[in-house]
Amino acid sequence: MSILVDENTRVVVHGITGREGTFHTQQMLNYGTVVAAGMTPGKGGRKVEGVPVFNSVEQAVREEGVNTSCIFVPPPFAADAVMEAASAGIGVIVCITEGIPTLDMVKVKGFLNTHPSVLIGPNCPGIISPARTKVGIMPGPIHRPGSIGVISRSGTLTYEVVDQLTRAGLGQSTCIGIGGDPIIGTTFIDHLKWFKEDPDTEAVVLIGEIGGSAEEEAADYVRDHFPKPVFAFIAGRTAPPGKRMGHAGAIITGGKGRAEDKIKALEAAGIKVVEDLGQLGRTVLDAGSC
Amino acid sequence: MKLHEYQSKNLLKKHGVKVPEGRVAASAGDALDAAGELKGPPWVVKAQVHAGGRGKGGGVRVVQDLGQLETAAREILERPLVTPQTGPEGKTVRRVLVEEGVDIDREFYCAVLVDRAAGQPVMIFSQEGGMEIEEVAARSPEKVLRRAVEPEIGWMPFTGRSLAYSLDPLPSPEAVKNLIATLGRLYGAFEKLDCSLLEINPLVLTKTGEVLALDAKLTIDDNALFRHKDLAALDDPDEKDPLERKAAEYNLNYIRLNGNIGAMVNGAGLAMATMDVIKMAGAEPANFLDVGGGASEEMITRGFEIILEDEKVEAILINIFGGILRCDVLARGVLAAAQKTSIQVPLIVRLEGTNVEEGRRILEESDLKFLVAKDISEAARLVSSHP
Repeated sequence: MSILVDENTRVVVHGITGREGTFHTQQMLNYGTVVAAGMTPGKGGRKVEGVPVFNSVEQAVREEGVNTSCIFVPPPFAADAVMEAASAGIGVIVCITEGIPTLDMVKVKGFLNTHPSVLIGPNCPGIISPARTKVGIMPGPIHRPGSIGVISRSGTLTYEVVDQLTRAGLGQSTCIGIGGDPIIGTTFIDHLKWFKEDPDTEAVVLIGEIGGSAEEEAADYVRDHFPKPVFAFIAGRTAPPGKRMGHAGAIITGGKGRAEDKIKALEAAGIKVVEDLGQLGRTVLDAGSC
Repeated sequence: MKLHEYQSKNLLKKHGVKVPEGRVAASAGDALDAAGELKGPPWVVKAQVHAGGRGKGGGVRVVQDLGQLETAAREILERPLVTPQTGPEGKTVRRVLVEEGVDIDREFYCAVLVDRAAGQPVMIFSQEGGMEIEEVAARSPEKVLRRAVEPEIGWMPFTGRSLAYSLDPLPSPEAVKNLIATLGRLYGAFEKLDCSLLEINPLVLTKTGEVLALDAKLTIDDNALFRHKDLAALDDPDEKDPLERKAAEYNLNYIRLNGNIGAMVNGAGLAMATMDVIKMAGAEPANFLDVGGGASEEMITRGFEIILEDEKVEAILINIFGGILRCDVLARGVLAAAQKTSIQVPLIVRLEGTNVEEGRRILEESDLKFLVAKDISEAARLVSSHP
């Protein structure tokens, strides 16, 4: 099994006529994802990679029954795109776009309070349930189906971890990149709740980084509510304070968001924190829970 | 993007927030001229650098006559300012702000930022200003008040009232009125300027009941600069490391550190983790460099050149997990850089992911000397044994 996306997922790609949108539509189709529609305002009626393009998400929902969206539009238009998808009743919205203004995301977050949609990202690689579907930009072949859930704030670091798991013979139920921005649609805790209910997920790997307090909050949740084994890795132990480490959310400010505090909180919650990234796959395998 | 105090104050003034009258000066002579246009003595001379703790480093001085003012300006401008935030080498001060002295009755603290977990802007206010807010929070947390602002509604006057009427003792009705108005304007400035942080410490109440931003620290959300061309122009390139400045021109995320191992990685999370791995192996990273998801051959070349320009670098680790960035593009970019510059330091390459065979073949068929690491653990081992 898996969470949020599976073989019933029907994707609409926002910005399908752009360079990234077209390339990843092709990649998703190759993986077996059902990309049922594309959306670029003013370009309705065309086809991209054989996928029909619509002028609005509402039309794509009506004509193609899409239930999931994957957003590639540039930052100035991304908040609008997320709200359009939510307004059209899309269940899972995956926003790949990097560089959305924080105050735009504040508005999106407020808007989603009154809509039932699940937002993944922004500034994320997306979500994949191996061998079923992938909605995003991660390389498909490194994944394999199995029983480990992966939740990560990072992109390529997630690929590194997934690759190690796969090489260790450990497949994944679903892998989610929740995004590297200060404000994101869904957090570690949201996905932990879904993994808790998924009978086929036997253990979870959390990949965090400096900045904010999402890892500490996840630790509290795991300690009190999450019965399955959890492993974690935190990037940025050597990062200097006050410098933004690429991701808008990865910055140590006012003594907050440091890696050592996160590691301490995770360990106190009974989570196995892997110090040496190269040993992550091995560690999960040796724990023998899966 | 961080702004200088004088830039922040100019912007606040435009949004109706009162600030002390002041002028910017780049020399002691200019500072004297500035004082001539201001009421005083006393005056205040303040170093304009992107670093906190200026007062502790001697970068903020109250002067009582023109002789003192000239001396203060000259001393601040002629040597690097060392504060708890600059590191021992300090920061060069290129400008001072000369301001009229203010007759202070009370000092408050006010900041607006986005609460990440709640996804809402929040105003933080304390009646104990003028010192580090972290100290106040640690000593008497009840004196640090937080008020969230509903994004769909925006600022409402009751939020300002709830903070102003918390003051103990309560100042004059006129002063309370001015404070409520000022808090609303500060929030307005935060929102209109797309700030990621607005911090006023201290926000002062004068003996005549006026409310003034005596200091101001604004940070603009980099991601919002596309809709604030006027603010983007306020960026001060002198505040950045020359290599960081160069990297920014090519859209590379580069941060210079103090170690000797240069690293080139794709993706911010993996770049941070690679820094950590280098450190764990007993070496020190010389930089953070994320070439990004969709780097071109040209960007790779530039990134590699920037690493080579850092004279502290004694070995280089390339750690790429190809996704959107293909390994063959990476390999060609590195070769292009290697042809222009002779590489005198050991090069360790770890490639994985999209088009990895092609990338490895390109490197192997070249005359570039490098060591291959099969995974991140081996990369770290090789790095720590070279140099």
